[in-house]
Amino acid sequence: MIKAPFEMEKISDEEYILNMGPQHPSTHGVLRIVLKLDGEVVTGLYPDVGYIHSSVEKMCENKKFEMITPYTDRLDYLSAVNYNWAYVAAVEKLMGIQLPERAEYMRVMLAELNRIMSHLLWYSAFGMDVGALTPIFYAFREREEVIDMVEGMTGGRLTHHAFRIGGFKNDLQKDFLSRLEKFLAKFEDRICEYEALLINNVILTARTKGVGILDKDTAINYGVTGPVLRGSGCAIDLRKNAPYSVYSKFDFRVCTGKNGDTWDRLKVRMDEMRESAKILKQAAAMLPAGEFCAKVPRVIKPAPGEVYTKVESARGEFGVYMVSDGTEKPYRIKFRSPSFSNLSVLKEITIGSKIADVVAIMGSLDLVIPEIDR
Amino acid sequence: MALLKELLYNSGKPLSEFSSWMHAIWAGWGMPGFLLDFIFQLVIVLAVTAVLVLNALWIIYYDRKISALMQIRKGPNRVGPFGLLQTLADTVKLLIKEDVNPKKIDILSFWIAPLIIFIPTFAVFLVLPFGNGLVPADLNIGILYIIAITGLSVIGILAAGWGSNNKYSLIGGMRSAAQIVSYEIPMVLVILAVVLMSGTMKMSGIVAAQSNRVWFVVPQFLGFIIFLIAGNAEVNRAPFDLPEAESELVAGFNTEYSAMKFAFFYLAEYTNLFLTSAVAATLFLGGWQGPFLPPIVWFFIKTYFVITILCWIRWTFPRIRVDQLMEFSWKYLLPLALLNLVVTAVILKF
Repeated sequence: MIKAPFEMEKISDEEYILNMGPQHPSTHGVLRIVLKLDGEVVTGLYPDVGYIHSSVEKMCENKKFEMITPYTDRLDYLSAVNYNWAYVAAVEKLMGIQLPERAEYMRVMLAELNRIMSHLLWYSAFGMDVGALTPIFYAFREREEVIDMVEGMTGGRLTHHAFRIGGFKNDLQKDFLSRLEKFLAKFEDRICEYEALLINNVILTARTKGVGILDKDTAINYGVTGPVLRGSGCAIDLRKNAPYSVYSKFDFRVCTGKNGDTWDRLKVRMDEMRESAKILKQAAAMLPAGEFCAKVPRVIKPAPGEVYTKVESARGEFGVYMVSDGTEKPYRIKFRSPSFSNLSVLKEITIGSKIADVVAIMGSLDLVIPEIDR
Repeated sequence: MALLKELLYNSGKPLSEFSSWMHAIWAGWGMPGFLLDFIFQLVIVLAVTAVLVLNALWIIYYDRKISALMQIRKGPNRVGPFGLLQTLADTVKLLIKEDVNPKKIDILSFWIAPLIIFIPTFAVFLVLPFGNGLVPADLNIGILYIIAITGLSVIGILAAGWGSNNKYSLIGGMRSAAQIVSYEIPMVLVILAVVLMSGTMKMSGIVAAQSNRVWFVVPQFLGFIIFLIAGNAEVNRAPFDLPEAESELVAGFNTEYSAMKFAFFYLAEYTNLFLTSAVAATLFLGGWQGPFLPPIVWFFIKTYFVITILCWIRWTFPRIRVDQLMEFSWKYLLPLALLNLVVTAVILKF
């Protein structure tokens, strides 16, 4: 018997407590949300995390640097590449490795493909959350093509383990660029199709507009990042504001919402897919020839010191803080995961709404549980 | 051959002839007549139930195939030719599964709930005219009987929600009660307009009233739309599937049900779908009437036409929220249905 959290113990006669999770169809994993309800109206909420805590950060202290990359895949299984990137970039920064130009472009391309994959899955899952069972099949039709491309490149379909310290294990597949071109040619139309199918639907707009309003200040105070922050009208995107790799060379827009409600967060993600497609198009055109991996010493032993690197993942700012003591293993690693901050704001924006809204708002935050629990 | 044709096109006459012929023989044996009537009724009930159960199995398959068509996939295609036996296999699975009774349930309401939902659903079909004269019991107040009996199912859902001793079930039950009560009113108002036009509550009379004029869907088009929406809400299908909203309430009022008790709910849901469509076809689309084909075929064609529309709606829209559901019924459907009724009455008067 799990005791209700301390906040929930004071309940009036009108109210009752409902455990949403840890096993529930729409908590997207093993997340428990304790709801205090008055009929259908939410009067209290407490997210209970840590069900699948696997002490990734501690395990990393006992692994050699090159063995840690696969662990970062597992943090966020939906946009594994971006999480690889932050870690790999940290080691490279500490060791002063300069990447060949081609590797940088390949990284950008994979990361953007991964963002599209992640947003497509979010779109399908959100459709299920609000009771529309059809959109998932349309989104997965395109997601399958993207996964096939990434699989050809890395061998993995979910946890890709694409990046190595210093670049890549192998070059792009021969037909990668032609497949990418074919995919991008129709993707714009397909996004319009998704919007017609779900995002602009009358019932959905009625359910999401004006629901779960997150204002700019609250978002910044809670450390919310990514599409959720941009939905609140704050144009912060690490690819633009603190450009890493070769992102400064591309022409793309930072998509923002106006009101910060649930619908704005949906729209931001749909627009972001368009921008990702734009970046992919430019990257494919600008891709230089040459090496795909830098010269990396056989034994990876960075100089003592500390480093913080961050990337814009599909969910927000993912950062890696690493301390090295000059041995083959890191002294300490700390991951800054975006979903954790995004989840903590849930209470602020759901009190006073209905049970169905909790599900919709949670869906619009796009949580990935292993990354919250780590 | 002539008899078969007579049976198909004008079933009432040969059936009553058969009945009086049997009565004569029965009286010759010196047996009381009411016993034979009772046997006849039993046979009719069994026949209707058998047809409906088989039909429900087919509707489930049909719904799944329609959803597959809309979701760019193939649908059931492994068991039997074109997957036709899939539902049968599912039913057998449900029959042989363990019947789980959770601790601390209210055993009486938990057990009786599936029956309260299941039995009225089938009882309603007694007054539906499947063909010319093919009505199990042609009551004078047929449509009133339908409204009254379908109203019973809310008790079953409430009992299921209460008896399960589960908060998700209880919320589902309460939602369902609120939903069915508030959608019944516009539905009844729309039916009243039809009754005004036909001048009778007898189901066969309503069909007959549409034979010499146009089908009621033309003068009562608004009524037809309201009936479809309210009917869809009555059978708890998307976008009105709040009582069993999967992503919010796990499975709503049937969360704790398993095996055959769950199958009862499932069967009742699809039979209800057939029922709503059949009533819509009878009230608005001229019932069994139509050229070339036998009446019973026309009845099923029209019913399946309405079912297809409802399936189409189900697989297209997201779920509506509970306060919007109430708002939609009381603020839009009810005034529109009232207006429809008043306009119909005024036009009929002058």
